[in-house]
Amino acid sequence: MKIHEYQARNLFRKYGIPVPDDVLCYTVKDVEDNIKDDGKLKVVKAQVHVGGRGKAGGVKLAKTKAEAVEKAGQILGMDIKGLTVEKVLVADAVDIEKEFYVGLINDRNVKAVTLMASAEGGVEIEEVAKTNPEKIIKLSIDPLAGMMDFQARAVALQLFGDIKQARQAAAIIQKLYKLYVETDASLAEINPLVLTPEKEVWAIDGKMNFDDNALYRQKEVIEMREVTEDEQKEIDANENGLSYIKLDGNIGCMVNGAGLAMATMDMIKLYGGEPANFLDIGGSSNPEKVVEAMNILLSDKNVTAVMINIFGGITRCDDVARGLITALDQIKTDIPVVVRLSGTNAKEGLEILESTGLPTVSTMSEAAQKAIELSK
Amino acid sequence: MSILINKDTKLVVQGITGRDGGFHAQKMLDYGTNVVAGVSPGKGGQEVLGVPIFDTVEQAVKATGANASVIFVPAPFAADAILEASYAGAELVICITEHVPVQDMIKVTPILKKNGTKLIGPNCPGLITPEESLIGILPSMIFKKGNIGLISRSGTLTYEVVNMLTHEGLGQTTCVGIGGDPVAGLYFIDLLEMYENDPETDAVVLIGEIGGDAEEQAATFIKEKMTKPVVAFIAGQTAPPGKRMGHAGAIISSGSGTAEEKIKAFYSAGVPVAKEPSEIPGSIKEKLGL
Repeated sequence: MKIHEYQARNLFRKYGIPVPDDVLCYTVKDVEDNIKDDGKLKVVKAQVHVGGRGKAGGVKLAKTKAEAVEKAGQILGMDIKGLTVEKVLVADAVDIEKEFYVGLINDRNVKAVTLMASAEGGVEIEEVAKTNPEKIIKLSIDPLAGMMDFQARAVALQLFGDIKQARQAAAIIQKLYKLYVETDASLAEINPLVLTPEKEVWAIDGKMNFDDNALYRQKEVIEMREVTEDEQKEIDANENGLSYIKLDGNIGCMVNGAGLAMATMDMIKLYGGEPANFLDIGGSSNPEKVVEAMNILLSDKNVTAVMINIFGGITRCDDVARGLITALDQIKTDIPVVVRLSGTNAKEGLEILESTGLPTVSTMSEAAQKAIELSK
Repeated sequence: MSILINKDTKLVVQGITGRDGGFHAQKMLDYGTNVVAGVSPGKGGQEVLGVPIFDTVEQAVKATGANASVIFVPAPFAADAILEASYAGAELVICITEHVPVQDMIKVTPILKKNGTKLIGPNCPGLITPEESLIGILPSMIFKKGNIGLISRSGTLTYEVVNMLTHEGLGQTTCVGIGGDPVAGLYFIDLLEMYENDPETDAVVLIGEIGGDAEEQAATFIKEKMTKPVVAFIAGQTAPPGKRMGHAGAIISSGSGTAEEKIKAFYSAGVPVAKEPSEIPGSIKEKLGL
């Protein structure tokens, strides 16, 4: 789960990480009503769930309140990588002497939380990782001992080169780790962490993602969830035990198992078609689930054919076939549906489907080719 | 021979009185797996499916000499169940449960290392040594004893491939589903090494998917350390970046973890990568000169 920058800043504040003051605004009027004309330099930032806002023109400086109003007017409603900007953050800007990067991730390889830090702040860390990997300091944290003070201090000293500044940064790193662990985060970044000419250290931009598996024990985190229409569809599907992701093609697919579902999409592409979605119905032959899955597939107006790909394991194909008949009976669609059943009781399943007149096949390749043919 | 499990493996089922635990315990018993005990706190002393139930894994291990445990408990309790099995002395723990928080797995990892426990999963279908032992939720009827090893991050895709292998007369030594989570137990390299050392395994099928770089590491390992042929398949070539494809670990993040990179790594290690699953048996036969 992702959150916006303004939400990450609020979490930072809650954990005592210094962040400049800011106001969240939904309209130009919000800016007029809530921003003080205090002569301080402001920065107006689009709040959208994508990276590269600055390059897209979604971050602008404003010297006066009038300018902040003007810039907010330009940014609100803007399209950034397909997302409409619905709110902006108007924050106090701070003078920057130097920019740094500090981030925490769940590292698959070492199976631990890893701290990444770099004196190359303010740019995308992935870029640094590609071009100058030696400029990233990495430290894996012992989950049982936690981040030790000397570790945070040593990394901070490598970045700042001055023990006084390093102490300030080390405290921030410690707080970020505490926040990360306590909220079941999967990513927490301060980029940039800045040093001002007065030698103060501030976090001026933040990004956080959270582990979906742990949301059940993170009530505060869930409350921060803001989703787009497509994401809402994915979440609804999830609540029904389905895993759905919308894509841009026209061949809807319904598959049991995530790996097989990905392989099905790949197969459609391999034979010259475009998959409309990823949809894993899990290991169930429950007709209600099949109905739900069909409803989700057909709510996508781009879909011109559906490929159902089931490999029966513990789930029996004849059960799935019965579920499909019930489902298709309820839905009644003109969109062609190709069914592939294989594995346990596939023969019986295919016999059951014979009466429906649905095209049935026994291999994935045949199913993909047939679905592509019928989609035209 | 085989890897990890055989007919002598004595299994405890944690969560045997739950719906899934009970259903699959019966399937394992039907297959001939040596299920010696079940664990369900508060139900010790009872018997389920003809198997004695204990309140703790420690009691189960003491009474039955069990050396492996399979876990079917709900996600919030899975990490604790893994640790309970580990401290009770189980050498191998298989966690079927999905949706286990990553931080829980991160905390469990160093303790398993200290105790010398091998973990498979979480969020996995388990493993099977055909005609000897099945642990987990794999559909037994598609497997056949033979000389091919198989490792996979996916469940049903594994069944699809195994079905084809068996159909083509290519039986299996041991098939392992390592699961779809980002932080998991035994992974590609650990298992490749076991297959390399198993005298009965002649070739290995590796089924990977998008996310992480375990396939790239496996490719390097195969190139440097393996004498036996490996054939690979990678799912998710059409997956969009930044989206989790069902499995928690199947995500292309910041442009890394793509199918393209993985396929390239395998090619450069001399490992053929099947364009579709149906090419795998032919590819294996070619490598084995059949």
